[in-house]
Amino acid sequence: MTGMILAQAVAGMHGSVGPIGAGLAAIGAGIGIGQIGGKAVEGIARQPEAVGKIQLNMIIAAALVEGVALFAVVVALLGNK
Amino acid sequence: MTNGSILNLKIFRLSFIYAFFLTMLAIPGLALAQKDTSKAAEQEFDPQAVIMEHIGDSHSWPVIGKTTLPLPVILYTDKGLEFFSSAHLQPEGATYRGNYYTYKIEENKIKAVDAAGKVDEAASARVWDFSISRNVISMIMTMTILLIVFLSVSSAYRKRPGKAPKGLQSFMEPLILFVRDDIALPNLGLKYVKYMPLLLTIFFFILINNLFGMIPFFPGGYNLTGNIAVTATLSVIILLVINLNANKHYWKHIFMPNPWWLFPIMIPVEIVSIFSKPIALMIRLFANITAGHIVILSLISLIFIFHSLAVSPVSIVFVVFMDLIELLVAFLQAYIFTLLSALFIGMATEEHH
Repeated sequence: MTGMILAQAVAGMHGSVGPIGAGLAAIGAGIGIGQIGGKAVEGIARQPEAVGKIQLNMIIAAALVEGVALFAVVVALLGNK
Repeated sequence: MTNGSILNLKIFRLSFIYAFFLTMLAIPGLALAQKDTSKAAEQEFDPQAVIMEHIGDSHSWPVIGKTTLPLPVILYTDKGLEFFSSAHLQPEGATYRGNYYTYKIEENKIKAVDAAGKVDEAASARVWDFSISRNVISMIMTMTILLIVFLSVSSAYRKRPGKAPKGLQSFMEPLILFVRDDIALPNLGLKYVKYMPLLLTIFFFILINNLFGMIPFFPGGYNLTGNIAVTATLSVIILLVINLNANKHYWKHIFMPNPWWLFPIMIPVEIVSIFSKPIALMIRLFANITAGHIVILSLISLIFIFHSLAVSPVSIVFVVFMDLIELLVAFLQAYIFTLLSALFIGMATEEHH
């Protein structure tokens, strides 16, 4: 808590650091879902007849990873003054 | 080049004419905007307040423009039951003298105030709010729709046994079979029949509420699944179903982990994981739906923040794109909630291999 206040005092920043946390969570979600999309596209390229199954599993995995990123957004919203 | 190309499609020409007329309709708005710049300074647009008002609960339901539908307020105070229409509390700050206390809405909550209008904290703590607020009445509306649809479909199946489905049946049948074949059967095995009502109810309840939340005008536009109390209730139901139907092997796995010397670490971890799975379900649904609503409302607020009509084509295109994603998210979140519930129930009730 004091560390955060010190950091804001040094940088001359006003407001809370909650949105910074949400932005970091967005980086994590971007990397995760990008990996999922990339591997799914590779799988489709290797075996085009499995498109349906691969797409379905990609969407499910993307929703779960996005859930984790949204946990961080919820915490950021809660900590926002 | 234009022989069979897309420019020849009749629908392209129709949509071009349609877009042209829509743009023409925006021009009177430009003229009006210049006349009103003197008033712009008085009403500073506060995007945060508008967004919070749209995604939160409230005691009245805005119908169109400034008209709202006042909803009944039911308060259980320590002295008795109060029942009045929220129209009495309508302009923010108006007080209403009830049978036992005087009430006022402050930051969307009803508080008891004394004669001068100052909030009386001690008395407010004794007033419990059981009002029919916007979320409650929209949930009742969703339940009515679900009951009508499913009772009619089930009576149609009973009255015409063995024949091909027709009408509403043929619309609901693929969805119900989807829940059975893709969610219930792979995760629950042969015992799926016992849990099908629960999974079907959860799936359709979340789906209908998500879809209605995306409709921008009157009977839609409420944010029920984005309310953490509602998703918490759904997860508590799943928690109870999992733990009351669990196998001996489930409890043995939690309280007696395999290498005995891991007891002090594994038992707290396993106990936390009993609760963390439904909590994750709750937060996932709540955050996805609320974040979707916030993004769409923020993109529309851009028009009002910039006070210019030129932002609107950009903003509207983004909003349409985000709405398509939200449609996918509405269906996907209902599917994921039901799938994970079926998975957890299956894991708790499966036989030891």
